Amino acid sequence: MRRFSILFALGGSLFVLATGLMSQTSKPAQGVSAAQVTRGKQVYLEQCLACHQVDGLGVQGMNPPLAKTKQVLGDKAALIKIVLNGMQGVDIGGDDYHGVMAPHPDLTDRQIADVLTYVRNSFGNKASAVTAAQVKTVRATNKPAAQ
Amino acid sequence: MRSTIKTLSFAAAFCLAGLVSFGQLKLPSGFKAETVGADLGRARHLVVTPTGVIFVKLNRPKDGKGILRLEDTNGDGKADKITGFANYGGTGMAIKDGYLYASSDMDVYRYKLDNNFNVVNPDQPEKIVSGLLNRHQHESKSIALDNSGNIYVNIGAYANSCQIQDRTKGSPGRMPCPILDSAGGIWQFRADKADQTYGTGTRYATGLRNVVGLDWNTQTNSLFVMMHGRDQLSNNWPEYWNDKQSAELPAECMYELHKGSNCGWPYIFYDQIQHKQMLAPEYGGDGKKGPEKEFQDPVVAFPGHLAPDGLLFYTGSQFPEKYKNGAFVAFHGSWNRAPEPQAGFFVVFVPFKDGKPSGNWEVFADNFSGGADKTASGRADYRPCGLAQGPDGSLYVTDDTKGMIWKISYNK
Repeated sequence: MRRFSILFALGGSLFVLATGLMSQTSKPAQGVSAAQVTRGKQVYLEQCLACHQVDGLGVQGMNPPLAKTKQVLGDKAALIKIVLNGMQGVDIGGDDYHGVMAPHPDLTDRQIADVLTYVRNSFGNKASAVTAAQVKTVRATNKPAAQ
Repeated sequence: MRSTIKTLSFAAAFCLAGLVSFGQLKLPSGFKAETVGADLGRARHLVVTPTGVIFVKLNRPKDGKGILRLEDTNGDGKADKITGFANYGGTGMAIKDGYLYASSDMDVYRYKLDNNFNVVNPDQPEKIVSGLLNRHQHESKSIALDNSGNIYVNIGAYANSCQIQDRTKGSPGRMPCPILDSAGGIWQFRADKADQTYGTGTRYATGLRNVVGLDWNTQTNSLFVMMHGRDQLSNNWPEYWNDKQSAELPAECMYELHKGSNCGWPYIFYDQIQHKQMLAPEYGGDGKKGPEKEFQDPVVAFPGHLAPDGLLFYTGSQFPEKYKNGAFVAFHGSWNRAPEPQAGFFVVFVPFKDGKPSGNWEVFADNFSGGADKTASGRADYRPCGLAQGPDGSLYVTDDTKGMIWKISYNK
């Protein structure tokens, strides 16, 4: 029994090590504040990680990856709307994903700006920051899809 | 303390001593694995005919073919003649009385087979069931047949826990859950009748969130299913469960079904550590309260989120005696354990005696992931899905990531 628990602990620490390496954010894009990325990471850990995973690569067939996709790196207004309204069943990079992303209108403008800035500068991504003002503008005219 | 013991016993099963490497896989001593197919696409469920021909259902058609037929014509153990048909994706695959049965995510078809197990008319299957709900969540329609001319079809619930707002923090459950009228259960149809749908079928069992692996047990003459338990206990209800608890809970349950069985989704989930039914938080649960009225109990409760996608009762005589009539379960592997390490990506065995589990489950085939770190991160090399028994008593396992098929056999 003791041997098993040691093995288990070893497996666990390997995981922690791997986690640490993977979640390490490389230098953000020029003009992006490190403080905003750090705040965004906290939001990611609480709100996004369970589905999109530690390495941002999602889950095959379920939850899409956040690395180098046009949804993450492209139009910011569309990206902000994904957070506000949720998403399901969109083909990304030629693969289909069936997981349901819940809407997150309860997050503040700043939290959404921070987490998107973090995502746009993690997992191999490098892109400009999203600002709270941009989120505010999008939210003002956003019409969530009817339930 | 109890949970510590459970965690340790899971760890024990997890790092099971005595498994020997055989290529990618780790198997009990005396067993060997060979790949009979590779790079086939998203290989889901499969069947093996009495002559050793394999039919495998693909989740997405590959080169326009949603079912592949693999035949080893020169006897070297590898499929050298691969043909395909059916232009739809899906999961279900079964064979019975001269017919091959297959499902898309909405319909069930059958194909007449000739004496050499060739499909007589691959482009014109008989559509036996159509119009089943597919809302792109728990959409696969896996199938099993009994010996009385019935086919059982899973219709998974298009939700996590029947909340007003699906998968949303704090959103309450709908009461009664309206999904259960048309999904979240097993439906029974006639295996030989065309054009059936909800109105002509029977809701055989309910309260089942999503079943992928299911099998007719010929010893008990009853249907056994593996249910995928709910997600997001700590995510959506952090006041009652922490991430560690939420990684282990709820149990992935094996149920023995009878007509009218109700396994309780979405109102309850099964806590395998406390060994009891818990009221779901969407319906007033707090991690302590049980339901007012109990639902059916599972026959086996596995750790959470391992994603059981294949179930097979072993009736062969090639494997040692202890395997006879026991259950193999293919666990596709978890994702909802994050931020805790992921788990699964293995095939387990549950011994049965007189139609009931007679001992603890154990890992039978391991290391589909390619190592402990790949298991923990969830970035597995392969993910086991379908199980089938060959005519010589070998066990076949599919992988729906890269499209592998392994044949596991025992050397006497």
